[in-house]
Amino acid sequence: MNPPDLQRSPGLHIDEGGPVFRAPWEAHAFGLALALYERGAFTWQEWAATLGAEIAAATEVTSDGRDDGSRYYEHWLAALERLVTDKRLATARELLAYRQAWDHAARSTPHGKPIVLAEDRRDD
Amino acid sequence: MSDHDHDHDHDGHDHADGSRFSDVELRVKALETLLTRKGLVDPATIDRLVETYETRIGPRNGARVVARAWADPAYKVRLLQDATAAIAELGYTGLQGEHMVAVENTPQIHNLVVCTLCSCYPWPVLGLPPVWYKSYAYRSKAVIDPRGVLAEFGLTLGPDVEVRVWDSTAEIRYLVLPERPAGSAGLDEDALAELVSRDSMIGVTRARNPGARS
Repeated sequence: MNPPDLQRSPGLHIDEGGPVFRAPWEAHAFGLALALYERGAFTWQEWAATLGAEIAAATEVTSDGRDDGSRYYEHWLAALERLVTDKRLATARELLAYRQAWDHAARSTPHGKPIVLAEDRRDD
Repeated sequence: MSDHDHDHDHDGHDHADGSRFSDVELRVKALETLLTRKGLVDPATIDRLVETYETRIGPRNGARVVARAWADPAYKVRLLQDATAAIAELGYTGLQGEHMVAVENTPQIHNLVVCTLCSCYPWPVLGLPPVWYKSYAYRSKAVIDPRGVLAEFGLTLGPDVEVRVWDSTAEIRYLVLPERPAGSAGLDEDALAELVSRDSMIGVTRARNPGARS
């Protein structure tokens, strides 16, 4: 059997045998959603509906078919942020404060040294 | 700080050679740290879940199910009647496998699985979905032109073969039971499982023929 000629269908390609996650952040976003589901923070139906809505919204933007599946975990992350705030597990303001804290911690840490977040850093 | 005379060690100063996180990395770190400090998640749990899906759950599980169904007619009957229970007999249970349906390929019927909404997929038997399964091209085209999709995977079906497309949901997920290849009569279950690819259980290809390179 010849390898499939997937170039004829824009955006459709194969990753047979490829890694499940292409970057650590994808794995962590995956694990976060499952951990929250396991403790009952949301139902899987709620998760699927939220993820589907994020993917549908992104598909509208890239209706030329550029949504080739490679941005899947970006949609996953957006769905996670949406459910976390909708379920009031955290506020958008808190998330922003922690993003800024991590950004600051990274920028003030030389290469080769572990980046740590100050234990007492608060957003209020 | 009294032991330090390097002014760049002070908090609040960017290092000229400082590190950078990407936007998505920052967003994930913010979620994980904040939810951990709130006691809503445990980093060890996240590590366990990721490790499980990276190493212990994958399409080899589904291949064992298919091989058993090929080798054991009674098991095949149970699989087609109640796939969730039959798959659990082999120890494969868990998230996204709570309500499984097995659909059998025959010379007259070819089954193809898609999730048009997002990427619902039977994790306990197939692991996490491949990138192309999540693509807009596959999600849209599998329904509109399934024969065209199959042709791109190298599978051309005769006009007399009925193609059935199954749209997975958060409630129901499908496993294709491929046709047992010709020439596989004498093989044991281990050897049969080697013929079963992930893609054949999604329905975009057939099982391999004995002797064919995987």
